[in-house]
Amino acid sequence: MGFLARRTPVAPLEYTRRWWMRSWVGLVLFFLYAPLITLVAFSFNDSRRNIVWRGFTLDYYDKAINNASLMEALLNSLTIAALATVVSVVLGALAALWLWRFRFPFKAAAEGVMALPIVVPEICMGVAMLVFFAQLGFPSDLVWPFNLGAITIAHITFCFPFVTMVVRSRLTSFNREEEEAAKDLGASEWQALRDVLIPHMMPGLVAGALLAFTLSLDDFVITFFTSGPNTITFPVKIYSMVRFSVTPEVNAASAMVIAITVILTTLALKLQSRMGSTPQGH
Amino acid sequence: MAEQQPIIEIRNVSKRFGAVTAVDNVSLNIMPGEFFVLLGPSGCGKTTLLRMIAGFELPTEGQVLIDGQDMAKVPPNKRPVNMVFQSYAVFPHMSVSDNVGYGLKIAGVSGSERESRVKEALELVKLDGFGARRPNQLSGGQRQRVALARSLVMRPKVLLLDEPLSALDAKLRAQMQFELADLQDEVGITFITVTHDQDEALSMAGRIAVMNKGDVAQLATPADLYEFPANRFVADFVGSVNLFEGKLTLDEPDRAAVECPGLGKVYLNHGVTGPHGADVWVAIRPEKILLHVPGDGKAIRGAAEDAPEGHNFARGQIKGMSYLGDITLFDIKLESGAVLRVSRPNMSRRDQEDFTWDDKVSMHWRADSPVVLLN
Repeated sequence: MGFLARRTPVAPLEYTRRWWMRSWVGLVLFFLYAPLITLVAFSFNDSRRNIVWRGFTLDYYDKAINNASLMEALLNSLTIAALATVVSVVLGALAALWLWRFRFPFKAAAEGVMALPIVVPEICMGVAMLVFFAQLGFPSDLVWPFNLGAITIAHITFCFPFVTMVVRSRLTSFNREEEEAAKDLGASEWQALRDVLIPHMMPGLVAGALLAFTLSLDDFVITFFTSGPNTITFPVKIYSMVRFSVTPEVNAASAMVIAITVILTTLALKLQSRMGSTPQGH
Repeated sequence: MAEQQPIIEIRNVSKRFGAVTAVDNVSLNIMPGEFFVLLGPSGCGKTTLLRMIAGFELPTEGQVLIDGQDMAKVPPNKRPVNMVFQSYAVFPHMSVSDNVGYGLKIAGVSGSERESRVKEALELVKLDGFGARRPNQLSGGQRQRVALARSLVMRPKVLLLDEPLSALDAKLRAQMQFELADLQDEVGITFITVTHDQDEALSMAGRIAVMNKGDVAQLATPADLYEFPANRFVADFVGSVNLFEGKLTLDEPDRAAVECPGLGKVYLNHGVTGPHGADVWVAIRPEKILLHVPGDGKAIRGAAEDAPEGHNFARGQIKGMSYLGDITLFDIKLESGAVLRVSRPNMSRRDQEDFTWDDKVSMHWRADSPVVLLN
């Protein structure tokens, strides 16, 4: 079989059988995943100084889990991400609907302003947020989880435009006649939205939620400017740990976050394919 | 019929989109149980008119009455009409049963009654057993049946169909034309269909309103529309036609004549009641012109050598032919340089061999075949 396959000449469009294409793809994959694999692999390394492989251990996972301040940071991050995701999806979806459905003066300007949080450098956003919350006199001594308010608001600000973008591009493929059909069959505006429009938007909502969640979870710059001593998030905590030394504990914590994101993404995609909202032919 | 109250009354309805007038002062009465077709080229306002009946557009002027009730303040979801959309607009995320049952669910019809009515509707459109399928597992024709069932299950007073067959292939379209007409017979609901396809309109309709530029050009039965077009637009749009400009030179109760520069003198065996010397148009359908070889040419089965008594007569040369199987179309250049389109049924298997390019031919047609149009 093998040598028969080798005999067939490489067809013009069979790029996957060209050696240079294969090596290129290999290089891309290597540079994409080698750092991640190293990170995870060295989280099992039995060495204080995380440079040479000294043998397998789960000690650092144990250490990371028992590190109260690290776990607190992780919990903060997950809480912020969850809140920011929910609010961003609602806000973003509404904004997308608004931009898709209506024509109004300065619509192009409105769209531009909406995209501003995406294009403005994060450092500027961070400083702006810092100044804004200081000017506002935003209380920083509330009990958990209300003390996360400032960070959550900041995260929503840069997360929801991404949701808007994704949902809006999904909406362009919507057949307006479906909505009219629902109304024709007796549905009110709200029922048509619930039964026809939202099911169509669902893949966009799920994708937008995933984007918002991951963006919020790993944001460092803006969070750094808006967090106080009692509201350390996971990336900020990792940063402060790395400043002392890169121990396998940092690797272990990071590996856990990677695991969380991978699991959540898989779940979301599973859920989405289960709903089976395949677009219609027209 | 005359005493009946119309199910739909359109009174002096106009619809303007900015500077564009889509529908211009249209009045129509549609009777209960009718199969009514709005026919016209794209942009003639037929779809806008249909959408005003459904409630998706509001008239700029005039009134739409359904069953005697003014619909001005009634939103689409409260009107006793249902629509089959051009794209079918079947909900892709619902099963066929859920699609068909959607309107009943909104209306609060209980589970068991809903189930039996959905089943009934699916049987009506010959989709029994498809209830659990998803729309993406259906063909275009089946999806259209779902859209039909979804509307019919609501038992509307009027069913509106927007270009219902345009997305189907030719064979299926022809079959669905008959099925739709049968279905309408069976359920007895008034159907109003919008189409740009004249075959579709002629085959299904009880009455047809031909629309042009927002206006009703003619309202008639299919046969009247085809045989007695009221104006040039209708003559040209419905079927194909040879149109010649001319002057009315003779107009008596039992005969008339039109002098056409392109065609010569055309005689009719009935009056026209137009002003003498008026500029008129003569319209002759291609299938009403008979073709034969002139003078001592080969004898043609079923055609006289010369024009029979009382027939109109013309000579020309075949410049174009297109064999369509059941008929052959000829483009015949007359001595005046004008071109006459003639169609000839292929009644025997070798009929298409009778004529070929550049043959000189004679044509004749009955004196009651041409239609004289004043505008």
